This record gives sequence, C-alpha cells and structure tokens, in this order.
Amino acid sequence: MDTAFIIETLVKIVVVLLVFSALAGFGTYFERKVLAFMQRRLGPMHVGPYGLLQIAADGIKLFTKEDIVPSGVVGPIFKIAPVITAATAFMAAAAIPFLPEFTLFGYTVHPIIADVNIGILYILGVMAIGLYGPLLGGMASNNKWSLISAARGAAIFISYEVVTGLALLVPLMIIGSLSLLDFNEYQAANGWMAFAHPMGFISFILFWIAAFAETGRTPFHLVANDHEIIDGFGTEYSGMRWGLFFIGEYANMFFISFVMAIVFLGGYGDGTVMGALGLLLKVSFFFFFFLWTRAAWPDVRPDQLMWLCWKVLMPLAVINVVITGIVMMF
Amino acid sequence: MSLEQFTDRNVQQHYFKVDIEDYPETGWDRFKQVVKRAASGELFVGLWVVMREMIKFDIHTVQYPKEKLPIGPRYRAVHEMQRLFESGTERCIGCGLCEKICISDCIRMDTRIDENSRKEVTEYTINLGRCIFCGYCAEVCPELAIVHGPRYENTSEQREHFILFEDMLTPIDMAIKGEQKEYPGFGAVTPNEDARVKKTPLAY
Repeated sequence: MDTAFIIETLVKIVVVLLVFSALAGFGTYFERKVLAFMQRRLGPMHVGPYGLLQIAADGIKLFTKEDIVPSGVVGPIFKIAPVITAATAFMAAAAIPFLPEFTLFGYTVHPIIADVNIGILYILGVMAIGLYGPLLGGMASNNKWSLISAARGAAIFISYEVVTGLALLVPLMIIGSLSLLDFNEYQAANGWMAFAHPMGFISFILFWIAAFAETGRTPFHLVANDHEIIDGFGTEYSGMRWGLFFIGEYANMFFISFVMAIVFLGGYGDGTVMGALGLLLKVSFFFFFFLWTRAAWPDVRPDQLMWLCWKVLMPLAVINVVITGIVMMF
Repeated sequence: MSLEQFTDRNVQQHYFKVDIEDYPETGWDRFKQVVKRAASGELFVGLWVVMREMIKFDIHTVQYPKEKLPIGPRYRAVHEMQRLFESGTERCIGCGLCEKICISDCIRMDTRIDENSRKEVTEYTINLGRCIFCGYCAEVCPELAIVHGPRYENTSEQREHFILFEDMLTPIDMAIKGEQKEYPGFGAVTPNEDARVKKTPLAY
C-alpha cells in the first residue's frame, strides 16, 4: 500500500470526524432555532449574535462538567457505551460518498473514505451495532428507567432494521450492486430511484419512516421518551459521556440523510458542482425534516410503534420486494 | 353581546356533540382506521401548520432581562419607602401601624425618642420572603410613607437581602431631583406643591 494513499485516507478520516462532530454541534443549534421558530419563540439569543456562540458554550460546558459515574453501575460497560454510539455513527461514514470527486491542486480527491463494494451492507451493519450503545448504557446504569429504555430501544432498533433492510433490497435488486458509487452512477443515468420506479418510491417512503426509528427521532422517539421514562438510557450520564450520545445521534441523522439522498434521490448526480450542491441540499432537507416532524408530530405509543413496524411496514416492504422481483423477471 | 346572553343560565345552549367514530372492534376495523387516517393527510396538516408559523415569523418572545412586559399601575410589588418632598428626609413617622396590621408578621420596626424629643425610626425591615404583598401596610400608612412599587424581581443569593430598608428607600439624589414617583392618597403631595411650598433654609 503506498504512503500517499494512507496519508490521504487518514486526512479524510480526520476531516470527516471533525466536520461531523462540528455539524452535530451546529445541528443542536439549528434544531433549537427551528423548533423555536415553529413554536413562535426565538430560541437561544444571549450567547453571541443570535445565540450563535451557544454551540461553543454548550461544548465548554459538556467538556468541563464533572464526570459522574454513579454507584452500582457496571463501570467499564457504562463508560464504553457512549463511545460505541458515537463510534458506530462515524464508522458508518466510511462507505458514504459525501461529494463527487474533485481536483485540488492537481490531486484528485475522492470524498469517500473507502469505496468498499459492499458499501450499503456495511453501513447497515455498523448502524445495527449502534444499538449496543443505548442497550449497554441502559443496562449498565443501575436505573430502572434506563433499563426500560434499553429494552425499548433494542426492540425498536431491531424491528426497524428489518424494514430498513427490506426497503433497501428494492434498489439493490434494481441496480444490482452494493457500492454507493454504483447507486449514484445508475441514478445519474436512469433518473432518481424514488421517482423512476413506483417500487422505488414505496421503498423510499418505507426507508424514510424507518430512518426516524433508527435515529430515534420524534415520532418514534421512544428510546428516550422524555415524558415517560425521564431521559431513557441517558438518565445517569453526565458531561461528555452524555455528549457522545448526543454527537452519535446527530451524526447518525446526518449520515442517514446522506444514505437516503444517495440511494433514493440521485446522490450527487453527474458529479458537477451543481450535483454536489444538490446533494447537500437534499441532505439539508432531510435533516430539516427531522426537526420539522419534531415540531409537528406527537410521539406514538410503544405498542403503536411495534404495530406499525410489524403489521404495516414490514408486510408492505415484503410485498414491495416480491413485486420488484416479478418485475425484474420480465 | 346582549344582556340576555349573559342572564341565560342554560349553559348548555351552544353545546354540540363531537362527531366521534365508533371505536374499532376487530383488527380489520383498526387497520381500516389507520389507512383512513394515513390517507387523510392529517400528518401533513400538522407539518403545514408549523411551517406556516415559521414563515409568518410572528415571534412572541419577550427577551426578559433586556425587555420587560409593562406592569399594571396598581400591581403590588416590592415596597418603596418614600421621602418627604420638601426636605428629603424619610416620610415614616414610626407610628407602627404597618407593623401592627401586617398579617404575615413580616414588618419589624424599632423606634426611639431622639435628642430633639422627636420619634425616630432606628430600624425598619420587611421580610420579603414572608411578605404576601397584601397591601395592608401601604393602605394603613397615614403618611403614605410605604407604598408598593413596580419592582417585581426578587432574586438574591442571601435571604438577608430581602429585608434591607436602604434598598426600599428612595435614593436621596432621586428625591432631591424630584424624581420620586408620587402616589395619590391621604398625605400625598398636592399637584401644585412646587409653587406653593418653600424649601427649608438649610436646603439653599
């Protein structure tokens, strides 16, 4: 392996880590502002112009807060659980092409850390491992609310993994490749997956719904359902350990927005500047939609959530896959 | 609105039954209900409502420490001890009526006869932590020396800060400049006081 490749990959890893950690901070600011505007409030306004320095203030607070490990917890597991959440979120970034390739000072940069030929499977797998963060954190916390939250989280994540996987099967069958770059090229040639095929549209909607459960966002915010089980698995966490859960959640939202935009909405298209901007716009829209639904929609009950998953979404996804198979045959 | 509508005690006159569907019995009914609700676009109505409010940008926030809502002129907030208009001395004559009438027993005063054989207030405290702001003290005061002002923020690190007479007393420079807010009532200065009253020789 030549040295330039290693250095380039390391640089890309550092850039992705830095950019998306920062984006997680901006995400919280953005979320607070959008929610406030939708509820006719102003949101953070005191720290800096329009509260912009609130991100820095939050960061300083999280980093300097006392790190409390309560008595009775399973120490090592309690300490490693937030790292799992954040790490898996960032590991999933390895196979995502964030932008089209561009040339910088005569050197062609591929903004993807590793173009593995099982990209989408890898992302699904790593995101599934992300379940262990809430699960272990909740079970190690020595707190019944955390335990309930962990059990709920496991049930939700596992259930909606099924829908996610089945929804992704349709574009996989149509395109016949697991690499996200191939997804992009196919859609650049044949139109966006979500609109070129009716099955693609259905699986797009299914994946979108499942993405809410995967990231634990509001209509399916049952992992840490504030009004039922305090803060869920994060109840006993403080300071930067809690912050890592937070970064993991927001990074996850960004990454799943990228996956949705690349798999179903054409990605960066033909790779021009307009295509790159288009991808960023799509991702921004999906991220904004996460916040939008949080302002507009109520949480569902856990039984409704499981009912929706197993009795509505999963049959729909299976039927969708079968129809796609029949169409592909002829 | 006419008087008849107020005098009509039949409060159920405009009630109507909400059109509630039958509760779904079977699984198929429940499924139909879900499909109906999903297809009726209720979720998108919710999305539209919050988006509309965001676009209208009709913000109702009061940025509290910087801007405050106007408070009613008759609001009974933290007490203010008034000074005499002419000489700037405290208006309180130490009669002790406020201490007597205080139902939460939070006013405490000590008086003595000074060297000129005049009654002098040596100590005057109002424990704002116990005060229920009923307004009896201000009402009973024969000299209008204690009134309720518009300052409604009571925050401090120490309880002792809630009883300071000096905080309630009008600052002497404000009193000299005539910036003390006057309240009408028995003992209040008359509107043309400026023209009518001569200041004591010591003030020149």
